[in-house]
Amino acid sequence: MIEVRGLAKNYGLFRAVDNVSFSVQRGDILGFLGPNGAGKSTTMKMITGFLRPTAGTAVVDGHDVTRAPIEVKRRIGYLPESAPCYPEMTVAEFLAFIAEMRGFRAPVEKAARIRRVVELCHLDGVLGQSIETLSKGFKQRVGFAQALLHDPPVLVLDEPTDGLDPNQKNEVRAIIKQLATQKAVILSTHILEEVDALCTRIILISRGKVVVDETPAAFRARRPGARLDEIFRELTRGDI
Amino acid sequence: MSQITPIFKREFLGYFRTPVAYVFLIIFLLASVGLAFFVGQLFKGNQATLEAYFTFHPWLFLFLIPAAGMRLWSEERRSGTIELLFTLPVTPLDAVLGKFFAAWAFLAAAILLSFPLALTVAWLGDPDWGVMASSYFGSILMAGAYLGVCSLMSALTKNQVVGFVLGLFANLVLVFLGWSVFNGALAAVFPQAIVDLLANFSHTTHFDAFTKGIIDPKDVMFFLSLAGFCLFLNVLALER
Repeated sequence: MIEVRGLAKNYGLFRAVDNVSFSVQRGDILGFLGPNGAGKSTTMKMITGFLRPTAGTAVVDGHDVTRAPIEVKRRIGYLPESAPCYPEMTVAEFLAFIAEMRGFRAPVEKAARIRRVVELCHLDGVLGQSIETLSKGFKQRVGFAQALLHDPPVLVLDEPTDGLDPNQKNEVRAIIKQLATQKAVILSTHILEEVDALCTRIILISRGKVVVDETPAAFRARRPGARLDEIFRELTRGDI
Repeated sequence: MSQITPIFKREFLGYFRTPVAYVFLIIFLLASVGLAFFVGQLFKGNQATLEAYFTFHPWLFLFLIPAAGMRLWSEERRSGTIELLFTLPVTPLDAVLGKFFAAWAFLAAAILLSFPLALTVAWLGDPDWGVMASSYFGSILMAGAYLGVCSLMSALTKNQVVGFVLGLFANLVLVFLGWSVFNGALAAVFPQAIVDLLANFSHTTHFDAFTKGIIDPKDVMFFLSLAGFCLFLNVLALER
């Protein structure tokens, strides 16, 4: 579903992402790990077509993001880090805008699409509220709803549970798990337990390079009995 | 191209979701009509024309159009919503045009809201409606050219104040090139041919004919091509 080939990004002389390659199949939930500044978000921004790669490319459902960015964007649901939304719009207005941008212009279909994500993300109570007045948890859910609206085959989620309370975190994880059977999912996170609870694969990225690409079980087996964050610290020592 | 519509709608209604629209419309009308009455001596001129209203437009636009245009792109950059926008299936050209047309329509509405002034003049005397129509047409066209410049400047920075100052300065140069006082100063240094050539690139030079009832295709083309060229650069500035 997602095929990342030799992706690299330079910011001036600094190489933020260096020759990253991996692939994600339908049904996979890929946990994207790494310290802050390791290049997780940059990689995700290149896969979604927001940033142009310095080298390499990503192929999503057969479409090359450097050659057919619009086709790729149609197939991806993307939750950017900290879920930016237009603050002056109400939740209903915002989701209607996203629906129209996603090509659901007929009133019946548009309403049905919006109703589905509103139920999925429990937004019924805040539909008429402007986004700037929402709590962090609700903002995050609006961003999530926006990414799911067109029921995309690929989900790219940049820290989807960031800023949520423990209950909300569990709920978001449940939704992701439930959706993932039909989709290919990439999610980045700092929370190592989340990877254990959710992911079918781990990619650890440090200083722009892939250091680990294996199953959570194999990751744990690196040092039997050790806590995940100890293994994490050991592997990313170069970043400190 | 079909993606222009939802962006236009979001952007145009966006002015009314914040105090921007109301503050802008009130200030614009107070300033434009105030200038016509107190500086342009609309009544003392004892003529049934709106020349006293339109003659200040190049100067008024200098401050008010950068104020309306500065937010177009810098706000998206600052708040991070640009990442949301450009991971939706939309080309930079469609996004630029959608935003530009929305802001232009808003400015056109601000200009046309001076209609009670036209009715007053018609009640007191017998104005030339052809001149009036061409003046409104020219003013709206010129607003488009100012706005094109401001949209480009806004795309260059994530700081709205910088966008405002850049937009004001660029338009100021375009006004000065055709201002008789400035031309007089230039003529003392440069040959007349060069002064005339420079004056050709000015808002004021091309606006004057409209206020006299002449719609010259050359003038129309100037404003349209100035706006078009700036929007072309705007698209380039957004494609990284």
